[in-house]
This record gives sequence, C-alpha cells and structure tokens, in this order.
Amino acid sequence: MRPDAPATARRRFQPRRVLAPLLGSAVLLLIAVPFFFPFWWMITSSFKTATEVFADPSLFPSVWRWRNFIGAFQYQPFARHYFNSVYIALIVTFSTVFICSFSGYAFARLRFRGRSILFVLILSSLMMPAEVTIVPNFFLMNYLGLTNTHWPLILLAVLGAHGALATFIMRQHFLTLPSDVEDAARIDGLSNFGILIRVAMPIAGSAISAVTILTFLHSWNLFLEPLVFINELKLFTLPLSLNNFRDAYGVPLWHLQLAATTMSVVPILLVYIVAQKRIANALAFSGIKG
Amino acid sequence: MTRAQRESISGYLFIAPQFLGFVIFVLGPIIAVFVFSLQSRSLLTGQSAFIGLDNFRRMFIDDRLFLVTMRNTLVFAGGLVPLNIALALALALALSRPRSGLATLRTVFFAPVVTSAVAWAIVWRFLLEADRGLINQYLAILSIEGPNWLREPGWAMLSVIVTRVIKNVGLNMVIFLAAVTNVPEDYYEAATIEGAGPVRKFRSVTFPLIMPTTMMVLVITIVGSFKVFDHIMLMTQGGPGHATTVLVYYIYFQGFQVFRTGYASALSVLLFAVVFALTIAQWSVRKRLSHYET
Repeated sequence: MRPDAPATARRRFQPRRVLAPLLGSAVLLLIAVPFFFPFWWMITSSFKTATEVFADPSLFPSVWRWRNFIGAFQYQPFARHYFNSVYIALIVTFSTVFICSFSGYAFARLRFRGRSILFVLILSSLMMPAEVTIVPNFFLMNYLGLTNTHWPLILLAVLGAHGALATFIMRQHFLTLPSDVEDAARIDGLSNFGILIRVAMPIAGSAISAVTILTFLHSWNLFLEPLVFINELKLFTLPLSLNNFRDAYGVPLWHLQLAATTMSVVPILLVYIVAQKRIANALAFSGIKG
Repeated sequence: MTRAQRESISGYLFIAPQFLGFVIFVLGPIIAVFVFSLQSRSLLTGQSAFIGLDNFRRMFIDDRLFLVTMRNTLVFAGGLVPLNIALALALALALSRPRSGLATLRTVFFAPVVTSAVAWAIVWRFLLEADRGLINQYLAILSIEGPNWLREPGWAMLSVIVTRVIKNVGLNMVIFLAAVTNVPEDYYEAATIEGAGPVRKFRSVTFPLIMPTTMMVLVITIVGSFKVFDHIMLMTQGGPGHATTVLVYYIYFQGFQVFRTGYASALSVLLFAVVFALTIAQWSVRKRLSHYET
C-alpha cells in the first residue's frame, strides 16, 4: 500500500460534506411539520364523522364523507355567509384600488398647497390601528344607523389604516412614472383625470396587484369588526360563521365546522400556490411599511 | 384658469374621498377616544359623564385585572417576539441558498400567513384538545401524558404564543430572505479568503448588513404582539381564569362585553401610546441606521 493512500481516501469520502446538508434538510423538514400538518388534518378530517374526528389519529378518513360539505350549508346559512365575505371583499378591494390610486397619484404627481402635510396626516393612520378606535367607531356607526349592516366592514377597511397603506404603495409607484409620459398625454389634451385613468393606472399593474392582494386578504380575514358591528345571523361573514357551528347546547359540530373551514381556506390556498411570489412580496412589503 | 390652478384643484379632488374618510373614521375617532377616556360611559344605558382621570386611576391602582392583563401582554410579547424573530432569521438563512426543494419549503412556511386567523385557531383548538386532541394522542404513543394545553394557565399562554408564531413567522422570514439575498456575494468571498467560517461570516457580514431590516422586523413584531386579539378570542377567550387576557382582548371585554366603554377608551389610549411610541422609535432607528442601506 502506498503511503499516501489514506489521504486520497479521506479526500474522496468527507462525511461532513455529505451529512451536514442532509442533517440540515432533515431538521428543516421537521420544523415544517407544524406548518403543514394543520392543513392536512383540517382537509382530511373534514371528510370524517363527528366521532371519527377525535376517535383515532389516522391520517385518512375511513370513508370519505362528502356529505359534511352539504351539511355545513344545511346547518346554517353558510352560503349566504360565504357570499357576504366574497362580495364585501370585492367591494372593498375595488374601492380601495380606485380611491387610493387617486390619492396616491395626487400625492405623487400633482402640486397643491399642503400636499406633504396632508400626506403625513393620512400616513399617520398607520399608527392608529383599528383596535384603538373601535369603541368610538362603534358609537359613530350606531349614530349613523349602520350597526348590523355591512357598511362598517366596508368603510373602515377602505378608509382606515389599511387604505393609508394602499395610498402609500400607489404613491411610491406613481413617483417612478416618467414625466415624459405625462407630458405627452398632456399635449394630447388629456386632463389630470384622463392621465390617471388612461395612462398612469394601466401601467401600474404591479402596484395595483399588490394593493389588490393585500386588500382582499385584509377584508377576507377581518374578525374584530364583524364581531363588534354584526350580530344578525344572515349578515355574518366567514370568520364569524366558522365559529358558529355549535348545536343547541353549545357543543361544536366538529365535522361540519372543519368542512366549512376547509371550504373557506382551500380557495385562498390555491390562489396562493399559483401566485405565491407576488403574494409573499406584497405581504412582506406591507409588513415593512405598515 | 392657469394650469397650476387646475392642477391644485385636481389634487384636492383626487384626495378628497380618502381625506374625508380619514377625518370621519380615523381622526375623529382618535380624538373621541381621548375624550371618552375621561368619561364614565356605558354602552348599555347610553349615559356619559365627565370623570376626569378616574379611569386611569382605576386602571393603575384599583383594577387588579388590569395588572394581570399588562403582565400577560408583556409575557405574550416577551415570548412571541424573540421566538418569532429567531425562527424567521434561521429559516431565512437556511432557505437563502438556491437549492431545489427549498422553494417548496418556503411555500409551506408562508402558507399559514395567508390563512385566516379564525381557520388557524379552529384547527389548532382541535389539535390541542386535552384527551382526544391529536398532539396528546401522539404524545401518548411516546407514553407522555400531555397537559390540557388550552385550559391550564401556563400551557395556555405557551400554546397561544407558539401557534401564533407558526402562523406569522413566514412573513418575517420573507422579509429576512430579501435582506439576506441582498448581501453582496463579494463580502462573503472576502470573508472566506480571510478564513472565516460560517458562524463568523454570519456575525461579521450578514448580521451587521441586515441590521436595519432586523430593527424594522423587531418593531413590527412587537407592535403586532401588542395588538393580538383574534387569536386569543378564538383559542382561549382570555382564559383559563384570566391567564391569557391581553390588552386588546381586555379592551373588547370592557367595551363590548361588560359595556364600560369609557374605561375601554382609557385602555385604548394606553394601546395608542404604546403603538405610537414604538412607531416613533422605529422611525428614529431607521434614520440612524439608514447609512447601512444600499
């Protein structure tokens, strides 16, 4: 045996090089379990019977009971609640995109007196979360006769702190608009309104999609506001509805609740999987600025 | 009319809807909450009377439950913030290397962020049930008798903290990921030439360069932890006893369950002060650290 043989062998097999990444991946996979498993459990358990949900920790239902999904609709006006959440989120998103494009554009591109102070004022709502003003807003809505309607969920979402964030995003985007584009449009005789609607907004796709994603999720997930402003069953939105699967004695109807929860989560999850990069970036941005 | 005049009229018209909304639904209510905090006010009878600083005196001197609430809020924040940030940073570092399979994991870690807090809480409430919950059933296989997670004081707090971290850590992870991938490759190469190992590289290159991001993430996470409501309401309703009653839950409890809206407003003023102070801190820190930003 040649004296340098062990050295070559050592170079060929380096346990640290092979094992360390493997170990790292194993640890990462282990950490991923509590992130992934709740979804798995929710979806599979929504096919189980009420007793089976707890009876055994099996990963699959013994029989796939599609009936649960129908049961959720029969137990309470779940379709109505679903519709309420969808239509409120759509109105909130659409109004936010428009109202905040207008104010974002004005703050970025139009000169008027008090522009910066007004902008700072509106941005300051980011420091006044909905939780702080929920009591006076309740009195206000009550005074306006808007409790037990969907108006508070729309008005506060569009015009509160979240709207300020959307305005900020739109403004930052419109700041980057080349002024040649504006000048050309102005020479063509477009008004400021025309420039925004026909020139600036059509090329603001990335900012508008970020605002759309953030706003839709914000409205879809609202919980405190519906809890405070709404107590009529037919006006419930999904977050209230999901928590309302109890029988006359207050005992949760697990299987129906899980079927309903699955129906509310899976569409969002599918959209997320398709557009994850966009969604993650939009939310991260809101995290940094909000 | 000159062009400048037309421009400023458009400007005012364009911001009018949002500005009116701001005055009615943000500025007005924030002023009102300060006024209400000086009143004895009942949602039930609709009566109100000026009582000066009595609400605040009661808060800090008479109300034992308030002290419990503040302690819980601090314990919640003190548990959640370090756990969230450490995990987010660790995941970001682990996932920053381009390797196939890691993208899938990124998707998994972020998925709870887009899920509604209600759905998340409902599922975890089941998983954490005492005898029949899945966690305890699996622990039983290992012959460990799990606690009644959501109905024993210490465990309940731990459970809400951990499930909340799992729900939200993906957001901070993505923010850190962006910062970590932005560190120029040359710096690492230089460090390698100097003979630095991975730990040293993190301490001397990555960590100082992502400092502004870390400070921002820190403040956002602290503010978020002070605002927690849905998670508590849905998982423990502030219980057992008052073991998980935190500030916003207590505002809701005082304002909308026992209808002391004056007192709830005083609590809201306190929440406002906390969020305000933290935001100011964030701004000044960002200003001071901005020379790091490229």
